[in-house]
Amino acid sequence: MSVYPEYMQESIRRVEETRPARMGTNYPRLSLAEQEELLRRYHPDYKPEGKRPLRVGPSYGELVPHEVADLLEAYPLVDPARINLSQVDYDVDVLVIGGGGAGTVAALWAHYSGVPADRILIVTKLRHGDSNSIMAQGGIQAATKPHDSPAIHFLDVMGGGHFTNDPRLVRALVEDAPFIIKWHEELGVMYDKEPDGTMLTIHGGGTSKKRMHSCKDYTGLEIMRVLRDEARNVGIPVLEFHPAVELLTDEFGQVAGAVVWSLETEEYKVVRAKATVLATGGWGRLHIQGFPTTNHYGATADGLVLAYRVGAKLRDLDAVQYHPTGAAFPEQIVGLLITEKVRGLGAQPVNALGELFVHPLEPRDVESAAFIRECLPPEKGGRGLGVTTPTGMVGVWLDTPMVDMIHGKGTFQRALSSIYRMYIRFGIDPTKEPILVYPTLHYQNGGVVIDEHGWTGIPGLFAAGEVEGGVHGKNRLMGNSLLDYNVFGRRAGMSAAAWAKKARVGRLTLRHVERFVEELRRAGIPETRRAPLLLPDYRGTKTLARVVDLL
Amino acid sequence: MNRVGVETKTEMVTVYIMGQAYQVPAGLTILKAMEYAGFRLTRGVGCRGGFCGACATVYRLPGDYRLYADLACQTTVKDGMYLALLPSTPAQRKPYDLRKVKPSGETLLALYPELARCVACNTCTKACPQKLEVMDAVQAALRGDIPKVAELTFDCLSCGLCTMRCPAEIPHYHVWQLARRLYGAYLAPKAEHLRRRLEELQSGKFQAELDRLMTLSKEELKELYKAREIEPE
Repeated sequence: MSVYPEYMQESIRRVEETRPARMGTNYPRLSLAEQEELLRRYHPDYKPEGKRPLRVGPSYGELVPHEVADLLEAYPLVDPARINLSQVDYDVDVLVIGGGGAGTVAALWAHYSGVPADRILIVTKLRHGDSNSIMAQGGIQAATKPHDSPAIHFLDVMGGGHFTNDPRLVRALVEDAPFIIKWHEELGVMYDKEPDGTMLTIHGGGTSKKRMHSCKDYTGLEIMRVLRDEARNVGIPVLEFHPAVELLTDEFGQVAGAVVWSLETEEYKVVRAKATVLATGGWGRLHIQGFPTTNHYGATADGLVLAYRVGAKLRDLDAVQYHPTGAAFPEQIVGLLITEKVRGLGAQPVNALGELFVHPLEPRDVESAAFIRECLPPEKGGRGLGVTTPTGMVGVWLDTPMVDMIHGKGTFQRALSSIYRMYIRFGIDPTKEPILVYPTLHYQNGGVVIDEHGWTGIPGLFAAGEVEGGVHGKNRLMGNSLLDYNVFGRRAGMSAAAWAKKARVGRLTLRHVERFVEELRRAGIPETRRAPLLLPDYRGTKTLARVVDLL
Repeated sequence: MNRVGVETKTEMVTVYIMGQAYQVPAGLTILKAMEYAGFRLTRGVGCRGGFCGACATVYRLPGDYRLYADLACQTTVKDGMYLALLPSTPAQRKPYDLRKVKPSGETLLALYPELARCVACNTCTKACPQKLEVMDAVQAALRGDIPKVAELTFDCLSCGLCTMRCPAEIPHYHVWQLARRLYGAYLAPKAEHLRRRLEELQSGKFQAELDRLMTLSKEELKELYKAREIEPE
């Protein structure tokens, strides 16, 4: 018996009716001009009321979403005067802030570059590996096949980002990519392969060659757990449940570690470091424009806040990535990611009438805009052909039964086992019934400005992974975030090791925070908000209304 | 437009969170129900999407003697559920040097001799929220069949529920991690095209083309982009 209510089943019957005619055909790809028009009219980034210019700091005047401006223009969590910097709790060569993919890779390569493991420290907000990296499903891009090349990969990345990317970073990304896959193979990552060892590769949105390497639909999990295992073998110390709340500088103005805070004992600790790598991930849990998110619990943009206070420039934060296929039904899994690989394996997006309305593999922002156009009611300029769920969500169908029809029975369960498992848990068999999807907040396209060595331009501070910007310009393609954190995690780790060899750290200060507070006051910003956020608050409103802090 | 926290009229159920009764809306996951009830979690929460294994939970249902195990972010609350989140799993991992170990069953047994204590009770399999054949993997490990262990445990999230329930006290997920890396590094066939591509990169084969791309204007790049040949599906 279907868990879909009768009116949704009626729409599913239309999807089934149109399926035979759709098999083997596809919606034509849009021209660049058509893509731009669709984005302008329907993508949430193009709503001017969603953003405002920053009133303080090194990226003064730049437009960012309100939710991000609220944090960048917030006051510190702790008064610098209350922190005793003369008592150093950890004294290391390289501090890595963030225990996801980028941070783990940075720590490993700092070590491979000659820093002893016990002179490195990873601090992380939750557990080592709890990150967006571990949630990635579909794959990682690299031009490893004979008919593909780094130059073609370069063009795909630039085009996907609408040519707003920093070409130096894109070059680093595509040139290092095959090396990264080889490194993973040596570490024991179980990539999907043919019996002769040839890696299976498929298309992702916006790719011109099939270069998506995968580990079933647990690609992120498999890579992350192998990297974490290697970091444990090497013996790199990790301080879990210790988010960074401020960076530290010394009297010469270089970054010299961080103040971290224990989520469990609520005490702060001072970490002095010759080099610091920021690898704090992205912003999904800010729920920009009220969207649900695919992101892990700790994705609260802390790194942007810390870097901004120390003088780092930010870029492309006006561009939010909404993944076209977030789950829209049932309610328990709303917002969770349905990997692009489902479309890569042939599932088509269709509306309530069973009509195909866009090519399944346009770049993500274009695909999302097309979904939103389909769902918006006509009075708001849309087509009103979405399906509304009993809890008021709206979405379009992703015709998942096509995967097994095209590739053979059992393919879905084998190649997409996490998605299959998730839907089966909630009573839907995606090989028999389509699933309902709607765009969900997925990725921070922009971030802290870096050069191709992962350097932020601030002495002693490097950045890698989702926290940095420029690699993807204003829109990232599928499979380039796992690649990004590996390429730039490695580069940042090597740069941090090289810097640490010659750096001398002076007296620790939080002077930069005091200066930032002065700037906030001069700009007349009221002291109502504090940052970094550390964790979102999902407690029920009834409870929150009566919460008092007594213990 | 979809919004976070859409409030809907639903029936309420009673759940006992670490022994204390709370009224929560039916249809929430255990994780969201705890938050609704007022818990602000740091332990027992991670990706919230069924990938990280941080939210291992055990529970009982009224009138049922069984102890169930599942992930809080992927399980819907039921009326009368008695539950507790597990903050962490104490399980010791043995460090090893991947370059020095052999891809054989002896390696697994040398590092984790407790594997031999398996009594084939199948409790691990019953505890697995991913519905993996955990006991079969233990048996494959004992036979030294590393490819089988890797295959059976690929979807393991290291949530620790099997390890907490195992009467033989095996730290399953550490064994699986070791076996999968042995398989990936030594037993899986190597990608020949990847080795060749690295040689090409080292010989500088692609340098000139990338150098040229770096000098092009945005308009010139756009023309090249439009002219790309798309590999058929």
